Amino acid sequence: MAQTEIRPSRHNLHNTHIIPVKFEYYAPKTLEEALDLLNKFGEDAKILAGGTDLLVKMKMRAVEPKHVINIKGLKELRYIKEEDGEVRIGALTTWRDLEKSEVIKKYFPALYDAVKVMAGVQIRSMGTLGGNLCNASPAADSAPPLLVYEAKVKLVSKDGERIVPLTEFFTGPGKTVMKPNELLTEIIIPKPEEGTGSAFIKVARTAMDLAKISAATAVKVENGTIKWVRIAIGSAAPTPVRAWKTEESLKGQPFTQEVIREKVKLVEQEISPIDDVRSTAFYRRVISKVIVEDALLISHDRVLRGWVK
Amino acid sequence: MKVPIQFTLNGEKVSMEVEPNELLLNVLREKLGLTGAKYVCGIGECGACTVLVNGEPVLSCLTLAADVDGKEVTTIEGLAKDGELTVVQRAFIEEGAVQCGYCTPGFIIMIEKLLQENPDPSEEEIREFVRGNLCRCTGYVNIVKAAKRAAKELKEMSQKLSQK
Repeated sequence: MAQTEIRPSRHNLHNTHIIPVKFEYYAPKTLEEALDLLNKFGEDAKILAGGTDLLVKMKMRAVEPKHVINIKGLKELRYIKEEDGEVRIGALTTWRDLEKSEVIKKYFPALYDAVKVMAGVQIRSMGTLGGNLCNASPAADSAPPLLVYEAKVKLVSKDGERIVPLTEFFTGPGKTVMKPNELLTEIIIPKPEEGTGSAFIKVARTAMDLAKISAATAVKVENGTIKWVRIAIGSAAPTPVRAWKTEESLKGQPFTQEVIREKVKLVEQEISPIDDVRSTAFYRRVISKVIVEDALLISHDRVLRGWVK
Repeated sequence: MKVPIQFTLNGEKVSMEVEPNELLLNVLREKLGLTGAKYVCGIGECGACTVLVNGEPVLSCLTLAADVDGKEVTTIEGLAKDGELTVVQRAFIEEGAVQCGYCTPGFIIMIEKLLQENPDPSEEEIREFVRGNLCRCTGYVNIVKAAKRAAKELKEMSQKLSQK
């Protein structure tokens, strides 16, 4: 009988019980100090916030930084501030903070939906909103809601600071427009205008799993006609994406299930899903329309009946 | 370069030096002899390594040991006082909520935390709170029963106290 070659499984190749990477550790006490370190080490450094993505990647040797800068000590980056026209969220605000915040619940139901389906309580206690964005996974649960709310991020470095709209932030899987010496310090979300409805839907296998596909929508309907609509899809392209064409085609249309079902067919053309361990391109394409339609109906329903959670 | 750290572990001060790439779970289990928190997936899927850091439930397999400097860590070993099990621990025994036992420390830490936050949780709220904990014996029904029993007992205890 021919001997079958025995190969180690992926799990045997990677011992997830240790971090097989040596690095220098820094725990700056001030933002100034953190920016100095980042400026000095640039691409050789990685920022440690919640650690739920970075340490997994280091265990898998997907990243091997020479320097790890733990910014958990920067308490000044953990806040949710309600201001006149916007809400400002510090980058180190955890998912649990978002979950418990009345401000988030009140203004950003789609973001609240995302919090409620994002992993478990432990990961929510550790993971930060800034970390979720900087990790730049196409499946990042915070991305589609923040995209439909037209959020911006503040990037700070020794050279100064800049504000980047989230629609221009992601450039590829794990890639963003951030320079090696920049730190994301704040997420700025404009308050939605009165009468806006929004929702987020995620399709995943188990509670802890990443999304096969996800969608967030926000819609403003006046006298039965769609004034504007925003649609964002996760896990269906190299980055989380807005469905611009679909949004445009829905503008001015009557808000009925028939019209929406017809128009959301366009979504398929705006995404470029792949086959991977979580799902297939075919399934993602089929389901994208369904969850966008559902999210739109829920969004509108929340305006009609009021959003209570 | 080693990192000197000081933290409170189950109420006692600990000072030690750790490597930057050492994980809290490994330090607890291998250097401090606390083998209650368990290693399973190592990537944040299972919750078996859950401990409380400054009162928040975190995964010790995804926490650098250096990171707990100045913080307060509570493991399953720190719950019982003077050999007296907590109400939650007793409820787990009484309801048979332990099968192979590997996930139990993580579940107990989570139920303790849940009852601190929400003394009267519904079944849905209990299941929602432990969604990050896996029991591969699939003993979830008894775990939920234990959580309910503990909640009931804690309520009765506090009622008795207030009557006195």
